[in-house]
Parts: sequence; C-alpha cells; structure tokens
Amino acid sequence: MDALPGRGKLRIATATLAGCFGCHMSLLDIDERLFELLERVDFDRSPLTDIKRCGPCDIGLIEGGICNAENVHVLREFRRNCKLLIAVGACAVNGGLPAQRNHLDLGLCLQEVYLTAPGVVGGQIPNDPELPLPLDKVHPIHEIVRVDYFIPGCPPSGEALWKFLSDLLDGRTPRLGHPLLHFD
Amino acid sequence: MSPLSILLDGLPVPFEDHQTIMDAALAAGIYIPHLCHHPEFEPQGSCKLCTVKANGRYVSACTMPARDGMEVENNSPDLNDKRRTLLQMLFVEGNHFCPSCEQSGNCMLQALAYELEMLSPHFDQFYPNRPLDASHAEVLLDFNRCILCELCVRASRDVDGKSVFALSGRGIGKHLIVNAESGRLADSNFALSDKAAQVCPVGVIIEKRRGFAVPIGERRYDVEPISVQAERLRPRRAGEEC
Repeated sequence: MDALPGRGKLRIATATLAGCFGCHMSLLDIDERLFELLERVDFDRSPLTDIKRCGPCDIGLIEGGICNAENVHVLREFRRNCKLLIAVGACAVNGGLPAQRNHLDLGLCLQEVYLTAPGVVGGQIPNDPELPLPLDKVHPIHEIVRVDYFIPGCPPSGEALWKFLSDLLDGRTPRLGHPLLHFD
Repeated sequence: MSPLSILLDGLPVPFEDHQTIMDAALAAGIYIPHLCHHPEFEPQGSCKLCTVKANGRYVSACTMPARDGMEVENNSPDLNDKRRTLLQMLFVEGNHFCPSCEQSGNCMLQALAYELEMLSPHFDQFYPNRPLDASHAEVLLDFNRCILCELCVRASRDVDGKSVFALSGRGIGKHLIVNAESGRLADSNFALSDKAAQVCPVGVIIEKRRGFAVPIGERRYDVEPISVQAERLRPRRAGEEC
C-alpha cells in the first residue's frame, strides 16, 4: 500500500479497548522482525508509544470490543484517522470474553460486585464523572464503525500478525490460511 | 451398460442407484462442506451448507438423488460465498465463543469457518441467553453452541431408541429440548454410551472431565483442514499410491 503523502514510511496506530492486551503481546512475539517492521513503519497513538491522540495514519489496529463510552470515542477517532482499520483478535471481531456478560443485566452486575457481594461493607457503585459509562452490552467493533479487515484469534499468533502485516505492507491482499487462521 | 456417473466440478464421479450427490462425493473423497449430514443417518438437508448447483439449480447435495450425467458445481466462489454467509448467520445466532469452548479444534462449525476463510461474523451478534444444563453426572449440555442440526435427535431416536432430544418452537425461537418432565438431562434416560453422545458436530454435548485431554493446537482440525481429511478418507482404488 502507499504511505500517506509526504511521508516515506507507513504510519500505524494501535489501541486496546475492551481487551486484555494479549493481542499487543502477540505483536511483540514477532521478535526480531520488530526491527524490520520499524524500518518500514512509524507508530502513532499506541500503548507502545504512549501517544494519547491518533493523528492521520495508514493502518489502525484495534484490539478489544466496545464496552463503554470511551471505547466508542476512541474507535471513532481511529476510524476518522486511519485509511485501513483492522479488528485484531476475538474481542474486536465478535465481542470475545467481555461479551460473555451480555446475557446479564448490567445494573444487577454492578449491584452484586459493589454492594451485595460477600465481604463488601459500605460499598458504592463507582460514579466519578471521569469514569466512562459502561454500555448495557459489549459489541464487536464492526457494529459501531466500518472495518476493513479482521484478524481472528485469542490472540492471533505473532506469526499470523506478521503474515497479515507483511502481506499488507508488500501490497498483497492479506490472507491467513491453515494453520494461521484460528479462533482460539 | 456404462456405470452411472455425475460430473462434479467437471470430474466424472461414479454413483450407484439410490445414492445422493453427497453419497457419491463422500465415496470419491471429494469434499462438499456439510454440518447436519452424517453418513450413518437419514439426511435431512437443514443446514444448507452442502448446497450445490445441479444442472443449474441450487439443491442440497445430501438429499438430492444423483442422476446419470448430472452436472454439479461444488467448489466455486459463488457457492463458497453463500456457504460463508450461512456460517456467519449460524455464528451470530448462537454464542460461539471459541476460546473458552472445549470443542475448539474438534468443532466442524469452526473447521468449516477456517475452510471457507470466514474472518468475521459480518452480521450483528444476537447474544441469546441460553442457560447450560449441567445436571447430568457425565455430560454437560451447552445450548449456546447449538446449530439445530438434529444429529443428536436422529441418533437418540433412530439408534438409541430413546428420543432424548427434540427441537421445539418455530423460526428464530426454535431450540433443542430434553425429553424429561423437568427438562433436565439428569432426569432423562440419556447415557454417555448413547450414540447421541458421540455425534454433536459442535460443542453442545460435552463429556465432563475430558476438556483438555488433547491440548489446543493439537486437535483434529488444528492438525489438518477438514477438506484434506475428507480427501484422505477416500477409499483407495487397487494399485493406487497412498
């Protein structure tokens, strides 16, 4: 693919929303190929750079689903700024583990955790205005914004991420065959 | 008289009278994707994954009788696109959370999703609420993963002679039920040795305390794609190299 105008390298942003950072750990599992990656791309907003706002980018990698208002905000910031948006991992693709709360009532969950659980004394449901409001259901990211590519897996292996990214960087249609395509 | 044959993706495939397209393909080691079909049971043609084009018409390969000279299209982008869409609908209708499923790697639904390169659910998730039935001492029922293939229904009725399982309800409300007044598996006459305990293509009927006997990554479809296994199971002709 072509880099943004005026830049020699592709620019990548990454974020973890309702996820566990496992997919980011998997990205680090590409080991010494990180050097090759860094010769070809610059990182924008990412837990790896600690940059807090996403600027114009070629590729956005989203780990995790959408469980609260801040997740929605970050996801939309990525969609506005990234030419290609990629859902990485089970949670971004189908809600994953956090979505296992979807058959429970959110209010009852909060009550049980913060008020009525054994051992809780004088508890209260957190209500600091700085805390993002939870959504009643957890959603995969394609239910909120348009998504260009999906990399399933919990997490996708370093090999799968490298195959996908190197396909993309070399201008090939990214493709994960057996055994890289995995849902577990 | 020359032997009967169909043309499957251009290849002549022999069949015997009363065989379906699926029977002929399975005998020839040619893989037609399927979920609700099992060679030991009467076909019912409900999952539609085995949809092929026979003489230009969409039909279920598992129920369509083969006819001499019939031209059948199977492994084509058009059909595989439709099959992928069917899989995506099956995935969003239930709760198919592979990372926590004991059947992951041995699951035909998942193996087909790999085979047809289904990367996303595409549709909005339903996230239905389907409580488990852990009442039985040896077997867990996780209805979240049921794809309504009725293999357990057929096995329990036709082989075990027990009719432990049935489908109830209509349309999107259709669901698997257990033949007991309480609705609980423990109160039925189901046993782990039943054929019905062996045929679930997904992870609904799960034997307890066996979950990770084979680690993830070394399971049936981790090792080889489902289509390659079907081809390998083909009976070899005399003198043919394995």
